[in-house]
Amino acid sequence: MPTLVSHPDEVKVISRRFGQGAADIDKYIELDGYKAVQKAISQGENMAAWIIDTMKASGLRGRGGAGFPTGMKWSFVPKQSEKPKYVLVNGDESEPGTCKDHVIFLHDPHAVIEGTMIAGLAIGAKMGFIYLRGEYRYLLKIMEKAVADAYAKGFLGKNIFGSGLDFDIVTQSGAGAYEVGEESALMESLEGKRGVPRIKPPFPAVVGLYGGPTVINNAETIASAPHILLMGGEAYAKLGSERNGGTRLFGISGHVERPGVYELPMGYNLKKAIYDVAGGIKDGKKLKAVVPGGSSCPVLLPEEIDVGLDFDQMGKAGTMLGSGGIVVLDETVSIVEFALRTIAFYQHESCGWCIPCREGTDWIKKTLTRVYNGGGSKKDVANVQYLAENMMGRTFCPLGDAAAMPTLGFVKKFRKEFEDYIEGHKAGTPIITVEQLVGAH
Amino acid sequence: MSEIANSIFTPETAARFDRLVTLYPVKRSALVPMLLYAQDEVGYVSDAVVTEIAQRLDLMELDVRNVLSYYSMLRTKPAGKYNVQVCTNISCMLRGGYEILDHCRHKLGIGHKEVTADKLFSLEEVECIGACCWAPAMQVNYDFHDNLTTVKVDEILETYRAGKGKDVK
Repeated sequence: MPTLVSHPDEVKVISRRFGQGAADIDKYIELDGYKAVQKAISQGENMAAWIIDTMKASGLRGRGGAGFPTGMKWSFVPKQSEKPKYVLVNGDESEPGTCKDHVIFLHDPHAVIEGTMIAGLAIGAKMGFIYLRGEYRYLLKIMEKAVADAYAKGFLGKNIFGSGLDFDIVTQSGAGAYEVGEESALMESLEGKRGVPRIKPPFPAVVGLYGGPTVINNAETIASAPHILLMGGEAYAKLGSERNGGTRLFGISGHVERPGVYELPMGYNLKKAIYDVAGGIKDGKKLKAVVPGGSSCPVLLPEEIDVGLDFDQMGKAGTMLGSGGIVVLDETVSIVEFALRTIAFYQHESCGWCIPCREGTDWIKKTLTRVYNGGGSKKDVANVQYLAENMMGRTFCPLGDAAAMPTLGFVKKFRKEFEDYIEGHKAGTPIITVEQLVGAH
Repeated sequence: MSEIANSIFTPETAARFDRLVTLYPVKRSALVPMLLYAQDEVGYVSDAVVTEIAQRLDLMELDVRNVLSYYSMLRTKPAGKYNVQVCTNISCMLRGGYEILDHCRHKLGIGHKEVTADKLFSLEEVECIGACCWAPAMQVNYDFHDNLTTVKVDEILETYRAGKGKDVK
């Protein structure tokens, strides 16, 4: 069971109920639970506009990785629609390095439910789906119980909080596919199909689940909504940095002394997060590299980590904030091995629909496997770069980019290590077999 | 009441399936969860499971197989009573995921996707299971075990062997 960590620099908004037994509905209510949704309803006719304005003022940007402003996303849903509208919560948290939603589902499931209701009220939906990855079965049970408890209290179902509005929530489980984290693939999966992406446009806000307008948000984004409505959009925005409102959950893993999920203000310094918050590099070793926002984000060198953790500053630093999963590598890590393990994941998870992703990930994996086993040539590094560059922007969904971006980062920033490795293993003695290394199939 | 006259599932699971199909605007949405729950009960998605689920959802068997082949947690062959899934993705790898996997291989005497002779354990190397900050980690059926050491793994396997393990399904 995940252990909770804490640090004085944390600003606890979304994590303020963690560790207090808020999975229990009565405890959740005691800790201001379901107040935000009632506050929204009390706005009367202005309810939808008030929610969306507050969300816009909060500067909240999607916590799943892309960082799109949430209030704006909700405002894109057409007011009038012949087909029913839906809210879909993306809890298919599968990006390696990311485990923040795990903690929300475990410690504050009702915040996800309340957030779903708020999103529903904002867009005029009567139904919400909370989709958890299949591996989170024990968390699905917690969510299922929380939803049942909310129904038992009369918070969900007909005439919620005397508003005359109805709202239903269905919890749903996936069955193991990273691709399903992509919003249109998530809709396909929820409709009982293979989780492959849809062509856009139309965008889900117009044509989404079952053909109806749909808002899809990451679980952390949704769980932030009740807190924002209670504290006010401006107050929330002030916690963060420019154009990056509020706080977010950062999962710091890998070679640090105190790995864990910490809630830090947007714009918090990455170096401080690693050295102060997470206790520095494990066993006093030297830092070699940081993957700052889940496995798809380009790697940073030690001299590049004095940067603020928000979408804009990370973009300027040539990488991404992504899902906030910071992976720290010490000096003992072989980048060749690490790059191979990363691409092996994307090769495994590519849905295979489009050629640049399906063939590109496979080709890069095979090339790096050969390099790792001692059979590489210097040309391989250039080939890997060429392949990754040709995947970028040429796939139906972002998985192709997600595979290409870290690969490019590794070969550009650690080219010498790749070349030295190839040079040093000219004898061609395999260190480890292919099956041992990438056997996860 | 189940629409299927001769269900291969227990009455509880059949009732759960009957309820599942009513939750969604479209019946087919229940497909992925149904396959998972069916697998939990039968041990794998057998031909009979495919047939009955297709019937329950008014789908062709081909539709069901098409989905079945896509998701990595669904299997068409039996696993052990306890399916040990060791994560070796980046965060776990950095903190010894491969040592844990090798230890399990040695301890159980089986490799990736193999089952022990007594059918008690099966072993899988899996991609990220969302326990990055508590790495290295593994799942036994749906039960998470994190901050692993080889000693801890031995204790965990022993607990299951003795029939005292938590079996989350």
